This record gives sequence, C-alpha cells and structure tokens, in this order.
Amino acid sequence: MRVAEAWRVASDALRANRMRSLLTMLGVIIGVASVVILVAIGTGTKQQVEQQVEGLGSNLLLVVPGKIEVGTAPVVSPLDLRDVDAVSRVVGDPARVAVTVASGATARAGNRSDFTTVQGVLETTPSVFTRSLARGRYLTGADVDTSRRVAVLGASVARTLFPDRDPLGQQVTLAGVRFRVIGVFAPLGQSLGVDRDDEVHVPVTAAQRLWGTQRIDGIAVKAPDRERIDQLGERIVAELSRRHPDTEFSAVTQQQILGVLGDILGVLTGVLAAIAGISLLVGGVGVSNIMLVSVRERTREIGLRKAVGARPRDIGVQFLLEAVLLTSIGGLTGMALGVGTALLVDAFSPIPAAITWWSLALAFGVSAAVGIVFGVVPAQRAGRLDPVVALRAE
Amino acid sequence: MTVAAIEAVDVWRTYELDGVSVSALRGVSLTIDQGEYVAVIGPSGSGKSTLMHLLGGLDRPSGGRLVIGGRDVASLTAPELATLRNQTIGFVFQAFHLLARTSAVDNVALPLVYRGVGARQRRERAAAMLGRVGLGHRLHHRPNQLSGGEQQRVAIARALVTEPAVLLADEPTGNLDSVTGEAVLELLERLNAESGVALVMVTHDQEVAARARRRIAVRDGLIRSDSRHDRPGPDGAAVPATLDPAPSAEPRSALGGAG
Repeated sequence: MRVAEAWRVASDALRANRMRSLLTMLGVIIGVASVVILVAIGTGTKQQVEQQVEGLGSNLLLVVPGKIEVGTAPVVSPLDLRDVDAVSRVVGDPARVAVTVASGATARAGNRSDFTTVQGVLETTPSVFTRSLARGRYLTGADVDTSRRVAVLGASVARTLFPDRDPLGQQVTLAGVRFRVIGVFAPLGQSLGVDRDDEVHVPVTAAQRLWGTQRIDGIAVKAPDRERIDQLGERIVAELSRRHPDTEFSAVTQQQILGVLGDILGVLTGVLAAIAGISLLVGGVGVSNIMLVSVRERTREIGLRKAVGARPRDIGVQFLLEAVLLTSIGGLTGMALGVGTALLVDAFSPIPAAITWWSLALAFGVSAAVGIVFGVVPAQRAGRLDPVVALRAE
Repeated sequence: MTVAAIEAVDVWRTYELDGVSVSALRGVSLTIDQGEYVAVIGPSGSGKSTLMHLLGGLDRPSGGRLVIGGRDVASLTAPELATLRNQTIGFVFQAFHLLARTSAVDNVALPLVYRGVGARQRRERAAAMLGRVGLGHRLHHRPNQLSGGEQQRVAIARALVTEPAVLLADEPTGNLDSVTGEAVLELLERLNAESGVALVMVTHDQEVAARARRRIAVRDGLIRSDSRHDRPGPDGAAVPATLDPAPSAEPRSALGGAG
C-alpha cells in the first residue's frame, strides 16, 4: 500500500516538473538508445558475416601461404598449378579443389569502365563454393585447359558495364586484353561494406598469362565431411610444406574463420556498447543531480511528512522510486527509440542491425539500476533529514 | 485523575554550535493531561519552539525524561518515534505546511497514508474531518485556491484526522488576520471541547494565550510560570495581569545564554 502511494507521489513529482524530468530522462534515453542501436549493429554485422561465411559453401578448407594471424606480413605465394595437382591427389577428387589468383584490374566495355577484382579460377569453383549464375554458363575445363579468354561477371560489374543491354556474348577488356562474357553471377550483396559482386572470374590459365605469372594465391578445398576436415587440412599443409620447405602454410576451416571474425566483432560490439554505456552513466549522474535538487526543493515537504508520521524509510523509498521511475521511463523510451532507429538503419542503409532480446533486457535493467544507484544517495539524504530543520527550511 | 498524554521531567535540550554548547531548554518539567487546553507563551528565543518540538516527538531531549503517549522517547528508534507521532500527535503550523499540488482532502488524508489506511477509507475519513472544520465544500480545492483561514483549517483537519491525543499548534494564527485568526481559534477550542484532544498552543500573543485554561510561560529555557484558570477570560484583554512572568521562582542569575 505504501509503495503504491509512493509511486503516486513519485509520478506526481515528475509531472510537476515536466521539463526538468524530460531533460533528465533525455540523458537516459540517449544512453539506452545508443546501447540498443550499437549492440544491434554489432549483432547484425556478426550475423551477416556468419551467414556469408557459411553461405560460401559447406565443409570448406582454405589453404594459403603464410600464417593467418593478425600482424603477420603477407607472403608472396610460391604455389603454382603443379601444387594444385598435388593437393588434388591428397584430396582424391580434383572437383573438390578450387584455386584463385587475383588482382585488381580495370574492366572496360565500350566507353564504360569499372575497377574490379579479376580472379583466375578453375572450372571447379561452383562445386566448391556456393555461387549461382543469373545468366549464361560458367567456365569449363576446356576453357581452363586452352586459356580461353572468357569471363563470368559479378552482378555489379555487369550492371556498371552493361547498364542497358545483355552482357552475354559482349566483349570486355581486362587489363587491356579482350575477353568474351559467357555468364553473369546472381547478386550476393555486401559484406562489412565490401561489394561482393564486384569481381570477374576468368580461367586461371588466362589470368596467369594476363599478368605474366605462374602464381596461385590460394587453394580452397571442399572436404567430404566435417569430421575429417582438420585431418585433411593437416595432410594438405604437410604436402605443400614438403614441396616448399621455406614457406609456412595454413589451412583454416569456416569454423575457424567464424571464430576469429566472431571474436573481432564481439570485441567491436563490446567496445561500442561500452562507449554507449558511458553516455548512460552520464545520464545517471544527471539523475543523481536532479534528485539532489528535488530533495532540497522539497525539504519542507519532507519535514511535514515526517511530522505526520513518515518514517525515514518511507521518505527514502519515495525518492528512490522517483529516481527509478525517471530512469525506467527514460529506459523504455530509449529502448523504443533504439529499436526504431535500428530497424530503420537495417532497412534503409547497408549496415545490418539485429535486435536481440538480451540487449533490450540489459539496457532496461541497466537503466533501472542506474536509477537505484544514482538515486540512493539523494534518497538516503532525504530520509535522514531532521524534521525540525526540514520544517524550517525556506 | 486521567493518565498524562505527555510527561516531561527535567528535560534539557542542548545544541552544539561551532563547538559551543547552547542550552535551549534547561530542565523543564511539565505534564499535559488528556483534554487539556494549554497555552505556551514566551518571547522568541525563549525555547518555546524547542519545547514544542520535543513535546511533539520531532526532536529528542539531551537530558531528562520525556514520555509521550506512555512511551519513553529515549527508548524509541527513529521509525518508532515517527509512528508515535503519527498515532499520538497532531501538528498545526504557523505556515500551514500544506502540500501545494495536492487537494484539500488528500492533504488531510496524508497522515493516514503513513498509518497504512487504504485509499478509499483515507478519503472518507479526510472528507468527514474536512466537514467538521467547515470545509466539506472545498474537498478538491488545492491550497492556492483556498484563503489563509481555509488553509489553516485544512491543516487542523489533517492534524485531527488520526484522532491524536494531543494537538500541538505552533502560532496557528500567526499568518492570519485577526478576524480569520479568531475563527481558527474558535475552531481549535471547539474541537478541543468536543473531541477531548489536548490542545497545546504555542504563541507569543498574550491575548491568544489568555483564552487557555492553563498558561505556561517559558523564558530563557525555563518554565517561569505554570498557572491554571478554572474559567478562561472571555477574551484576552480581560486577563492580561495573570500572564505577567513576574512571579518567577527562578533566580535571574540562573538564566543566561539560552538559544
């Protein structure tokens, strides 16, 4: 009963100072909203990256020279197509092995041009990675064997070079050499702000000739099953190390990539949430400040309440509830604002955002806790006021 | 003989001000019986406000024994003392002390909140009490919509809604013009006669004090006189002589730096 009364008194007090209550809440609203938005963006990005890594294909094993660690220098690949044959023998099925040799190059068609990534690949790419074509066909073994100058365009390259006509059968010039378009990929979208449709696939042999190299940058293997994927990776690395004793090789699975990316994005999300948390803290200080003002302003009221029988606790609870009400309303408003903004960001910008129930619970819990933590000192001060002194206050 | 509502025995109240002890009360003994009508009179600084705070349980004595409603104040915790105030004492202040944004009826109901009375019953009792002070038609007015006299009557209703043993009125007419003040005094006296609540009125106005059956004169932290009058004067002007603090038993040298 007394708590119900205290709620009423607290909400009356907030209503009596609408502007002040609103401004105080604003600090909490901004804090909670930024926590919700930034956690949503962090979560959304993580989910998107996970989906994309998983969407590459299943049971993938990526083999590259050098170490996959932050801070290690990239290594010039010593691999060539003979190493690919060796890997195929280890795997036991050449159709499960894909390669890439990639470089940036300007693609031209007529008077249009687009700086894009040209990837030299084998005809096995679609059986290793999940890529689907919108039009035409993919490269064949014959295309690779004969270094045929044919190209499959990424969706955005096709859109840029051939905005108003069918690219199939048209000529594109890659690094000054003419290729014929035989297919166009279905769009993939963006990943961490990178356009994944901005690439052109050509036969690896043609690409090597284009750049005057025998090099292969990396090998991708589709393992027959998940259980033996690590073992297969070790055998491939052992074989490559035997062939190139001076170079280190790494084999990573999708799970490992996801783990690394997840860690990075988790830290990023945490840092963003912490920054947003600081603004919530500042909002809490504002609440504390305004509660102290409120206690001072209502000293006579406190004195009167004590005179008619309010115990120190009754007064303390009343002011604590006022602070909690302030931050809870601010918290709920901030949540609504944060969810709304996150949904808008997700819908109308390339940045993904995903609302998770735990981030909402956390934001609301923290805002209520801020009310308690920052309300407790003013509330105690009010509860301990000497009624005689309080009644005399101006 | 009735049981005493308040009993003070050799009560002292000493304040520490910048390391210097100042005694506002220096050994006061008195008893307030049920249903009494007592005026406490004295100039400002005499200690009468301090005495009033002690009698109302708002403050604790530094020495001596103070028993309110049969309970020794020294043995009570702060929450227990608050509960004792709620059950035993009603306060009326010079400055009314009404909650500004709260209606008359809710102002009157406030002490019942701290007694744990349900909302509906609070309102009913508050409305009935406002009726008794002649404000049955002003239940939902806010203090700023009421005249000074009406505000003080709301405060009186608030003091009496808990049916206390003692009504402590600190200069209840101090902020009112003489006509309104007279009406408030008559109301207090009527309620004292009707309900049997002891009325202890602190005042520096001798005319007001002359109406009481018992007058306690306080000066320099001591009771200088405590006189009973079987029949109060018809109004203050008729009996000023009895209030003169001259017949004091205390030697002057005992008085001094009272706060």
